[in-house]
Amino acid sequence: MGFKGRKDLLGLQYLTRDEITTILDVAMPMKDIILRDIKKVPTLRGKVMVTLFYEPSTRTRTSFELAGKYLSADTVNLTVSTSSVQKGESLRDTIKTIEVMGTDVVVIRHSMSGVPNYVAQNTSMRVINAGDGIHEHPTQALLDMYSIREKKGTVENLKVAILGDILHSRVARSNIFGLQKFGCEVRVIGPPTLMPPDIEKIGVKKYFNTEEGLEGVDVINVLRIQKERQRRGLFPTLDEYANLYCLTRDRVALAQPDVLVLHPGPMNRGVEISSEVADSQVAVINEQVTNGVAVRMALLYLMMGGARDEIAG
Amino acid sequence: MKFIEKNRIMDEANIKRVLTRISHEILERNKGVQNLAIIGIRRRGGPLAERLAENIKEIEGVQVPVGILDITLYRDDLTTLGSQPMVRRTEVPFDITNQAIVLTDDVLYTGRTVRAALDALIDLGRPRCIQLAVLVDRGHRELPIKADYVGKNVPTSKRETITVRLREIDGKDEVVIEEIIDT
Repeated sequence: MGFKGRKDLLGLQYLTRDEITTILDVAMPMKDIILRDIKKVPTLRGKVMVTLFYEPSTRTRTSFELAGKYLSADTVNLTVSTSSVQKGESLRDTIKTIEVMGTDVVVIRHSMSGVPNYVAQNTSMRVINAGDGIHEHPTQALLDMYSIREKKGTVENLKVAILGDILHSRVARSNIFGLQKFGCEVRVIGPPTLMPPDIEKIGVKKYFNTEEGLEGVDVINVLRIQKERQRRGLFPTLDEYANLYCLTRDRVALAQPDVLVLHPGPMNRGVEISSEVADSQVAVINEQVTNGVAVRMALLYLMMGGARDEIAG
Repeated sequence: MKFIEKNRIMDEANIKRVLTRISHEILERNKGVQNLAIIGIRRRGGPLAERLAENIKEIEGVQVPVGILDITLYRDDLTTLGSQPMVRRTEVPFDITNQAIVLTDDVLYTGRTVRAALDALIDLGRPRCIQLAVLVDRGHRELPIKADYVGKNVPTSKRETITVRLREIDGKDEVVIEEIIDT
């Protein structure tokens, strides 16, 4: 079994190919549970999951919460804006407080890269990274890979283009780390101002021209333009961006005929993706959301569904 | 732990005869195939369910629905097991509500697997009734569970294990008793 000995999920860069495969395999029966009338199994009865989000989120947090509930864990959502953090409590103290209440796993999102790693070193709880700064968003990449495998039959040796703001994207980084472990050719496409310098060094192909980058790819993962992270003028206007980088029907036509289009949501329609493409047959954006619950259930089961001594680090 | 084979208690012909008898018993008790379905507990209950359905088709000329139940998420021993079991899919592609369900498994022992299977089944719908068919009943029940159809009753000691091998999974049909020897 692939997941033994791991206390936390901090990023896909730390997982082996076998571990990722195990998560994706277990997510299949989990998806069946979501789709049936009685969406509950007793597996994690008595386990407690707390979500601690220092950044806004609806789908990721709801997804984790439902994943926990479908497995019968008790889930609590801590909203930082109404918590003791506003009274000046330090991150470390907040974590300790959650820990001593008997929490088994904390799901954390933070605007600063590396926070989940820091937390993991300072608590006996299991820690799942739900997105940290521009570092990683491992469960998003896992659900992307699950969606690819479900539609393509495999996640191996594909050509995958990631289109948009690569610089600020933790989704892009987690996808790159994950897909490369399966021999995929990963291309990143975006304007030079939104492209990390030396990104080629992690083995991806870099394109500033959308048309060139999309040529013959099997999968296009479109990133959201994160307006909250665009403080300085990295591109002139949203219209200008859309002109050059919006995924339109004409641009989709450059990829393989059976191309799959992914988007982590929430979408800025008409900016990074046209409505026509978002609502077309090649896009599986809504199904990605369902798959997100399934992979998070798989992860929670693999991390907590067995003897603690056996899988603890 | 090491095992030595002590006794081969069933061979291919025995298993075939026993399954034929159980098929007739199922039909007799349920007065035919009306609203009848067979669901096997993963793994070796699966092929047994298929074989019973095949027999019933030969006898009555009707194919009854067959499903496979994965009970991993319903086990009561997840926190005490040596290693974490892999979760696989439950494949029951029909509505079980108001059906008579024959649940099949290879060995009935403590009854805990069957308990988990009953919970898993009831989460899929509300069957009219659930009956239990097993190839071997080896005793030592820890829960108040009894099989409706038994291939062979085999009194065992707790130091012994019953190993069922089926063609579909193991390449041959046999049931053997093995004993645990300390190393």
